[in-house]
Amino acid sequence: MTFWQGRRIPLAWLLLTRQPMRLAVALAGITFAGILMFMQLGFRDALFDSSITVHKLFDTDLVLLSPRTKSSISMTGFPQRRLVQAMADPDVAGITPVHWNLLLWRNPKTKGTRSILALGFEPRDPLFIDPAVTALAPRLTQKGRVLFDDQSRDEFGPVAQWFRQGRTVESEVAGKRLRVAGLFSAGASFGADGNLLTSRETFLSLLPNTPPGSIELGLIRLRPGADAARVVERLQGLLPQDVSVLTKQGFLDLEMDYWRSSTAIGFIFTLGAAMGFVVGCVIVYQILYSDVSDHLPEYATLMAMGYSLLTLLGVVAREGLLLAIFGYLPAYAAGQVLYAVIHAATKLPVAMASDRAITVFLMILVMCMGSAAMAMRKLGDADPADIF
Amino acid sequence: MTTLHPGTAPPVASAGDGLATVTVRGLSHWYGTGSMERQVLQSIDLEIHPGEVVLLTGPSGCGKTTLLTLVGALRQVMEGSVRVLGCELKDSSRHERQLLRRSVGMIFQGHNLLRCLTAEQNVQMGADLLPDLGYRARRDLSREWLRAVGLSDHLSKLPHDLSGGQKQRVAIARALAAHPRLLLADEPTAALDSRTGREVVDLLKRLARDEGCAVLMVTHDPRILDVADRLVRMEDGRLWASEASLG
Repeated sequence: MTFWQGRRIPLAWLLLTRQPMRLAVALAGITFAGILMFMQLGFRDALFDSSITVHKLFDTDLVLLSPRTKSSISMTGFPQRRLVQAMADPDVAGITPVHWNLLLWRNPKTKGTRSILALGFEPRDPLFIDPAVTALAPRLTQKGRVLFDDQSRDEFGPVAQWFRQGRTVESEVAGKRLRVAGLFSAGASFGADGNLLTSRETFLSLLPNTPPGSIELGLIRLRPGADAARVVERLQGLLPQDVSVLTKQGFLDLEMDYWRSSTAIGFIFTLGAAMGFVVGCVIVYQILYSDVSDHLPEYATLMAMGYSLLTLLGVVAREGLLLAIFGYLPAYAAGQVLYAVIHAATKLPVAMASDRAITVFLMILVMCMGSAAMAMRKLGDADPADIF
Repeated sequence: MTTLHPGTAPPVASAGDGLATVTVRGLSHWYGTGSMERQVLQSIDLEIHPGEVVLLTGPSGCGKTTLLTLVGALRQVMEGSVRVLGCELKDSSRHERQLLRRSVGMIFQGHNLLRCLTAEQNVQMGADLLPDLGYRARRDLSREWLRAVGLSDHLSKLPHDLSGGQKQRVAIARALAAHPRLLLADEPTAALDSRTGREVVDLLKRLARDEGCAVLMVTHDPRILDVADRLVRMEDGRLWASEASLG
């Protein structure tokens, strides 16, 4: 017998739709819970995304880090030799050693100082994917020149504004005079309010105590078609334990994990999402429980007619499933709209990621089915012997 | 009516020739435990044959409804033997009783219709219990039954748009749509005025007779006693007198 032939009266659907007000309340509750979860998780992910604004820019497939490096604000040095050794692997196409440190930048207008992220590299080596940076890099070959991030926070002074006006912008970092030779765009992250790029030579003159031959980050570019995961494995075997080899994604994850585990951000927004989940659970449970209670004599009648308890549990479960699906769809649509609004207002990188869309759907599904399961216990009270 | 359910065999062993639909032997039943224990049925013996309409009367609280729930496999039998449609209910499992109930139609004091379903859908909840019958066949069957109870103009009405008599007729259609071999009715006329009650009972008897379905009906209503093939009177948990068939 085909499914269509075997179909029954859609009892779950009819139970829900014959009380449109109650259904509307239930769907509004689920949708609200869904929107709350979308918002909280969206904000959380956007904030974590903003912690890797600089990390994402590197033109690299693999990175070498010191095993003691836990985040971008505590980059530890390792021997540059290791990066050169990595060249031995046939799949490695190129390397870029990078110095990485936080330095105090003096605001050229107010003369106040503020911590800025400084990256030092050989101007002829590729650093960022952005070709504009590669084009500007030769300007750094002259000592004492830096490229300044025009997305840095205003507290560093009107550097970009002055530079665009054609003024010579000079400032002081670590007691040395520096001149801005160009602008690039990166953006503030958790670790740094602003960024600057400079040559290794200039960088080392700012930090003369850097041990010779020590770098904080090694970029490794692979030949096209190389399997990054296998190269990571080979390099780990090849290199001593004083460096760790990560894929670019691993590098991003390391930074995000640091902020996730060491700040309250993850906790706060996850808690917000959990609140949405709990509110949704309460609403759905209330609706399903009162639905079962109201229809108890009818359920008992069905049992007296010979329907099994399992069939009736199935009816409640299907009610939960229907609520989940019809509550999720408006939440998804509202989430899209709100993300667009928030992105326009805050420049935070919020968007409807498919994994978040699935997560929220699963949360709503668990919410509805869990509530249905709780409401089902009430079905045990349906004793067909009591209805005579 | 038999043309309406092609190829449907009763799911439980059929009560064939000479085999009673219901056989009750030495049935006793108690409620409560310890000092609260109260016996409601004492050594009941009763037989109902296929196509027979048996009326059970007696004062309230004498155990009529308890007997009905025991015969209807809604309660576990404590002592004695109850055989319904060839199935022994003493020591039966919950699942066995549930399956047996599919072959027993029940009509309640209230109509007990599902409020969210139309008349047609309510009847189809009964027809849906029939195995091996396609959706369309079950729907057609439901419509036939509603026509048989005179409600073909009210197929898509919800219960609260129907009168008391109409609701009870839907309940009869629902009970019969599952093609039962035994019909149990607990004061089906209690909520109806005398004329409507009369109509409903006549309808019930006619349809049950056409189906060859045995009927056990509990009633207080003296105006409908004449539909019975046999009257049974109960008092204080005992069957007192089985009056001769009224024809």
